[in-house]
Amino acid sequence: MSKVSLRVNGEVRNLELDTRTTLLDALREHLQLTGSKKGCDHGQCGACTVMVEGRRIYSCLTLAVMHEGDAVTTIEGLGQPGNLHPMQAAFVKHDGYQCGYCTPGQICASVAMLEEIKAGVPSHATADLTAPSQLTAEEIRERMSGNICRCGAYSNIVDAITEVAGRPA
Amino acid sequence: MKPFTYERARSPAEAAAAAARQPGAKFIAGGTNLLDLMKLQIEAPAHLIDVNGLALDKIEPMPEGGLRIGALVRNTDLAADQRVRRDYGVLSRALLAGASGQLRNKATTAGNLLQRTRCPYFYDTAQPCNKRQPGSGCSAIGGVTRQHAVIGSSEACIATHPSDMAIAMRALDAVVETVKADGATRRIPIAEFHRLPGETPHIETSLEAGEFITAVTLSPPLGGRQFYRKVRDRASYAFALVSVAAVMQRDGTGRVALGGVAHKPWRVEAAEAELPRGAKPAMAAILDGARPTDDNAFKVTLAERTLASVLAEARG
Ligand SMILES: Cc1cc2nc3c(=O)[nH]c(=O)nc-3n(C[C@H](O)[C@H](O)[C@H](O)COP(=O)(O)OP(=O)(O)OC[C@H]3O[C@@H](n4cnc5c(N)ncnc54)[C@H](O)[C@@H]3O)c2cc1C
Ligand code: SF4
Ligand code: FES
Ligand code: FES
Repeated sequence: MSKVSLRVNGEVRNLELDTRTTLLDALREHLQLTGSKKGCDHGQCGACTVMVEGRRIYSCLTLAVMHEGDAVTTIEGLGQPGNLHPMQAAFVKHDGYQCGYCTPGQICASVAMLEEIKAGVPSHATADLTAPSQLTAEEIRERMSGNICRCGAYSNIVDAITEVAGRPA
Repeated sequence: MKPFTYERARSPAEAAAAAARQPGAKFIAGGTNLLDLMKLQIEAPAHLIDVNGLALDKIEPMPEGGLRIGALVRNTDLAADQRVRRDYGVLSRALLAGASGQLRNKATTAGNLLQRTRCPYFYDTAQPCNKRQPGSGCSAIGGVTRQHAVIGSSEACIATHPSDMAIAMRALDAVVETVKADGATRRIPIAEFHRLPGETPHIETSLEAGEFITAVTLSPPLGGRQFYRKVRDRASYAFALVSVAAVMQRDGTGRVALGGVAHKPWRVEAAEAELPRGAKPAMAAILDGARPTDDNAFKVTLAERTLASVLAEARG
């Protein structure tokens, strides 16, 4: 067992965990934050995406003990019913899901992805590496390729993200 | 996962010493390959040395030109670095063609070099595999081999190295800097870093037990036009079937390294003299001695055509 202290959605949470506990299992099984989903548990689907220190990662491929003191934001921390994050609201408006299983991961990934574009991170779809990235549908699709949707809600997901991206921050 | 004890390293030398002290210890960086394999018990370290706290996350200019990339620089940050984008485009492109945004945010320079093969039989613990269990046999030989190596393979193993970043680093002739348990440091040219499988496919690099990577260095910029073209079964978030990293000069000379074809980044310097004559003679020289299987003979043609498209773009 190992002690670890995480800042989850703004709150300090002290845990005593088996060293084998992934961040995903710590969130779901120990903190009852079941919004983050376990799809593949092997970094192949994106359902477990959360933000750590503002950056999107797969919580299934990292150990909770590796995140001592880190700020973790999950779908629960982005917004709640009645006080939705603009990305959550846009997914509802554009029907960016069917079963909803991939949705928390899609939303966390897309919020962090827009920050990556703002910070000037290029992508495989960026034609000119020396110029800033354009906010095209092609860029959004490439940058969101780490989130698989078994229901195939992709086109509506791109619509939702495009709407949020187009709004002045 | 098998149980393990855990510590956070405080310096590179201490990390190397700790690894030498504890049998079955492993470093963990991004964790994106190691934890995947630990869940399947393909890796079962008794002790993990977390190196994430070491201040090896900087990209620094070198006195004679070139860059020193810290072992813990994340793939996202390396690809986004303005100097890398401007002077080493092949490296940015290769990184951006690999994995997904979430994985690149975690994956480190050293971890990426050391990621293990994606041979499906290596992953299937019910099947014999010389890499996973030395001496047990190779299930791929005679099996489904669409993804496997076409050159440099052996009777013991026909797996490929899955990294995109390493292919670009081979084209750039990067150097891997390490520290050993006794504090001694050394510089390993990337050409000598990864090994062909031979009789011992479980030994994948020239690193000694416990040897810790501190940085990767790049020589002063080569100029020219730089390309990384990756062909895969889906447009993104998939490993390469074949990839071509190229640095091409105006006069038609250049450097080419291939991914997806061998157990290590594949580059044949002597074959590069053929580049001004076109993709056909150049690829024939690069893949001279290839022994593809029925399943993956397409890779030889694909490599030539991928190079042809790169050369056309370089001229255009
Ligand atoms: C679904 C999926 C798709 C992927 N697609 C691609 C792709 O298309 N292209 C591609 O190139 N990669 C791909 N990857 C692989 C990914 O790039 C690697 O998992 C990643 O680069 C590994 O880096 P890491 O820091 O997480 O390594 P870790 O998992 O932390 O470590 C890997 C190995 O390196 C050792 N190690 C780490 N740091 C050091 C050090 N400083 N010194 C000595 N040893 C060290 C560890 O002990 C371990 O053995 C994919 C991965 C997944 C899960
Ligand atoms: S090709 Fe190599 S990794 Fe794959 S089964 Fe054979 S020995 Fe194992
Ligand atoms: S559950 Fe983490 S990527 Fe699928
Ligand atoms: S909405 Fe069902 S998996 Fe995406």
